[in-house]
Amino acid sequence: MIYDAVIIGGGVVGTAIAWQLARYDISILLVERESDFCEGTSKANSGIVHSGYDPIPGSLKAKMNIRGNQMIRELRDVLDYDFVQNGAMVLAFSKDELVQLETLRRQGIENGVPGIEVLDRDEILRREPNLSKDVLSALFFPTSGIICPFSLTYAFWENAHANNAEARLGCDVKNIEKNGDIFILTTSAGVVEARTVINAAGVYADLINNMLSPRKITITPRRGEYVLLDKTERGFVKSTIFQMPTAAGKGVLVTPTAHGNILVGPDSVDIADKECTATDSEGLDYVMRSARKSAPEVNFRKIITSFSGLRAHPEGGDFIIDMPLPGFFNAAGIESPGLTSSPAIGEMVSEMVSDYLKAKKKSRYIEERKGIVKSALLPPAERARLIDSDSRYGNIICRCEEISEGEIVEAIRRGATTLDGVKRRVRAGMGRCQGGFCTPRVMEILSRELHVPMESIRKNNRGSEVLV
Amino acid sequence: MAKSEFICINCPLGCMLTVEYDGNEIISVKGNTCPRGDKYARQELLAPKRTVTSTVRTEGSVHRRVSVKTVPEIPKKDIFRVMEEVKRTVVSPPLKIGDVIIHDIADTGSDLVATSDLGE
Amino acid sequence: MRELVVIGGGAAGLAAAVSAYDSGIRDILIVERGTELGGILNQCIHNGFGLHTFKEELTGPEYASRFIKEAEERGIEHVLGAMVIDIKPHCVTYVCPSGVVMEETKAIILTMGCRERPRGALNIPGYRPAGIFSAGTAQRLVNIEGYDVGKRIVILGSGDIGLIMARRLTLEGAKVLAVAEIMPYSGGLKRNIVQCLNDYSIPLYLSHTVVDIKGKERVEGVTIAAVDENRKPIKGSEIEFECDTLLLSVGLLPENELSSKAGVALSPVTNGPVVNDKLETSLDGIFAAGNVLHVHDLVDYVSEEAAIAGRNAAEYIKGSFVEGERVAVKAINGVRYTIPQYISKEAGSVTIRFRVSGVFENKYIVVRKGDDVIKRIKKRILTPGEMEKVELSSVDFNDDITLEVSNG
Repeated sequence: MIYDAVIIGGGVVGTAIAWQLARYDISILLVERESDFCEGTSKANSGIVHSGYDPIPGSLKAKMNIRGNQMIRELRDVLDYDFVQNGAMVLAFSKDELVQLETLRRQGIENGVPGIEVLDRDEILRREPNLSKDVLSALFFPTSGIICPFSLTYAFWENAHANNAEARLGCDVKNIEKNGDIFILTTSAGVVEARTVINAAGVYADLINNMLSPRKITITPRRGEYVLLDKTERGFVKSTIFQMPTAAGKGVLVTPTAHGNILVGPDSVDIADKECTATDSEGLDYVMRSARKSAPEVNFRKIITSFSGLRAHPEGGDFIIDMPLPGFFNAAGIESPGLTSSPAIGEMVSEMVSDYLKAKKKSRYIEERKGIVKSALLPPAERARLIDSDSRYGNIICRCEEISEGEIVEAIRRGATTLDGVKRRVRAGMGRCQGGFCTPRVMEILSRELHVPMESIRKNNRGSEVLV
Repeated sequence: MAKSEFICINCPLGCMLTVEYDGNEIISVKGNTCPRGDKYARQELLAPKRTVTSTVRTEGSVHRRVSVKTVPEIPKKDIFRVMEEVKRTVVSPPLKIGDVIIHDIADTGSDLVATSDLGE
Repeated sequence: MRELVVIGGGAAGLAAAVSAYDSGIRDILIVERGTELGGILNQCIHNGFGLHTFKEELTGPEYASRFIKEAEERGIEHVLGAMVIDIKPHCVTYVCPSGVVMEETKAIILTMGCRERPRGALNIPGYRPAGIFSAGTAQRLVNIEGYDVGKRIVILGSGDIGLIMARRLTLEGAKVLAVAEIMPYSGGLKRNIVQCLNDYSIPLYLSHTVVDIKGKERVEGVTIAAVDENRKPIKGSEIEFECDTLLLSVGLLPENELSSKAGVALSPVTNGPVVNDKLETSLDGIFAAGNVLHVHDLVDYVSEEAAIAGRNAAEYIKGSFVEGERVAVKAINGVRYTIPQYISKEAGSVTIRFRVSGVFENKYIVVRKGDDVIKRIKKRILTPGEMEKVELSSVDFNDDITLEVSNG
């Protein structure tokens, strides 16, 4: 069959586009080269819903950021992702930075960021007692929030899928040709034909674009490394704490996560390898050193994991959202604030695509998506009722995050086929022991539910089998 | 005359023991700080023994493995021969701790016994 | 209301429950999260357990079965597959497949054991592929499930579980290429160094750590390097191993998140509760023993300690518990910590367990009450890996007690 729209990339941008496009009465296929959604840039980032003070006024980044921030705050109850509007502070430590702070405030206002407050030292330390006593002043952005990027990506996808979007995982696009009005995609999983192609391929968006587009682009992977602290540190900071932004980005932040850990990072290093998500000790040392400037007492003895992610940095610095040739659309160079912008990008691209296809809205469309129940967070009586209806919710598999068998089985039902897939959907193995206790048991459940031998259970992609 | 060295395992001191010997005749033990070291060095030189602990595959049980050990200790040199036989073995429930699974395993004179119960 | 709830049915929990029973308490419930009693002992199929308690060498499952049998003979009640989610003084809440259960109880004994430090806690650089296991996870997969975790293996950390697994995997046909230990000495028992590494010619690299992990999907190689006195890797000293698996045996942490949430005061050194000579925590009627209190080297000591907690919990329940004034036990000069941290003035006789912070040869353990030396014990060797103890009998505890490593 010829799909009306083929989206390349199952990250937060690709799934957001699928989610918005699925409002239209068209056939949609999302192709993703990894074995699950949210496997690239979307999986390893700060998880911040930025307020929008940082992008250059008038840029696409500024526009998408403001709109995306608004959408994420409004859509939480509709799509049921893990989001907390905790506000953000940008700290100034010197006279120079006080000047920059005022510039930033004006830029925020120009971009349309609502409710910006200027805080003096006493007010900063009253709100955040663990910040450095050296702080002079700060801006507070009340619309800033923290989000679980996995939950947002799965929410977009699950709703798109409920509205008939299809996906092909483990499908790597090798080549694209245009034959008349039809695009022919050669992939690792067969040939795919499409009337429109949407490029949301993250750090590979340049390769996809350059297969066809007369206008070549370059995407540089820009690595950021993070350390994550135990939930025992919950409350160390309440809002997201930024330092003054520089040309390299918004700097090292200290923030709670949507699930109550403390996250510290990132650094920013341009690298050549689009796959290199290894951490190095210099980067992690830098991140920890820098964070101490904002919060000297941050307890790095409570680190439970460190990781790195790649930002898809575009040559020109702004998002590339365009149609370089008829029917071929780019959502490329989506670096920070890309996570925040994703629903707005989905909206914008879906309008461009539906205009091109002259598509009509569906008559029957499902607005809402329910996330997987979090049994540990239910009030005791409700939890007891849930266990009464299905005893598997009373069988705790992941001790640290208190995740039950019921939740893991539901994650598998919704598409998880690997340890990471389970972990990212329901957090089994995300806690302080990092899967030390639950890995064998989650493997057994995967094996049982998917009817495959234990030996074929993988951490994530092909070749990552846990047993030998 | 020949020399062999051992680390004594009787206490955390871990004395480095040097044994001088001629064939099966021990001439001297040096480096020990107590009599247990002397005894240990002689044993390690002439007839080192180990308990092998492992698991055996099961059939007809919800447990995939049952744990086992050799009783009494076997000569150290026979460890891998014993393991070959352990790996070839499959047992069925019921088994109780202490049940003999293989008599005279690998001709060592020792038995392989269950160290956990095995139900269906 | 119940009399006693014991949280955890491993070595400590079983011994605590049995001892409480033998001290006259009948209404006891052991809450165990696993599918059987015995805890981590069930996957420790190697021998070396029980030399102190039973005067014979048992495997983990055999040692556990002795205590399970004792609990069964006494008809002590237990619930399996039950995860405690909340502790308060006189109340324990757990989740199990039959629902959420709240048990009101006169006393509680914490015996939840410990967990392994994960890779993340070490900031080991490199990729995050499959094939990186904590030693205990690998132990479960191999010993309980009977699977192969790897063919060519590097182990970081020379703790006992790592050493035991080096031998275990070798017997199963894997090639263990190296054990790297960041400290200049092993934290494992000498016996395990000899019988698990030397017997199989597995090299132990002291003062070495992992500096890189290669492989995006599955581990393809591990690089280790020597470290300087600040434990920083020395450039140029790297050794690369082609391997498919990295095992981590880099320390154990008492599992005290529940205790901490309940408000139990914890020691930053042991990561376990601060206790008095009765092994009672800072909260009324909550006792602690075993690896949740401090990480032990021998299970025999776990059982011994848990029996004390069980006895005292029984006294507490019967109301014959004297909570008087107390003195502090301080660890200084080479003594890293002591258990207990407090002794009641009327205690009379107390066993103090402790660990030292380095390797010491030909030193003394000196115990002072105030400024007076009340005990001096010569030690040929003291190492951080071995738990030590001093017994103080018939002492009038009217001043603080101090333990130190001393030259004379």
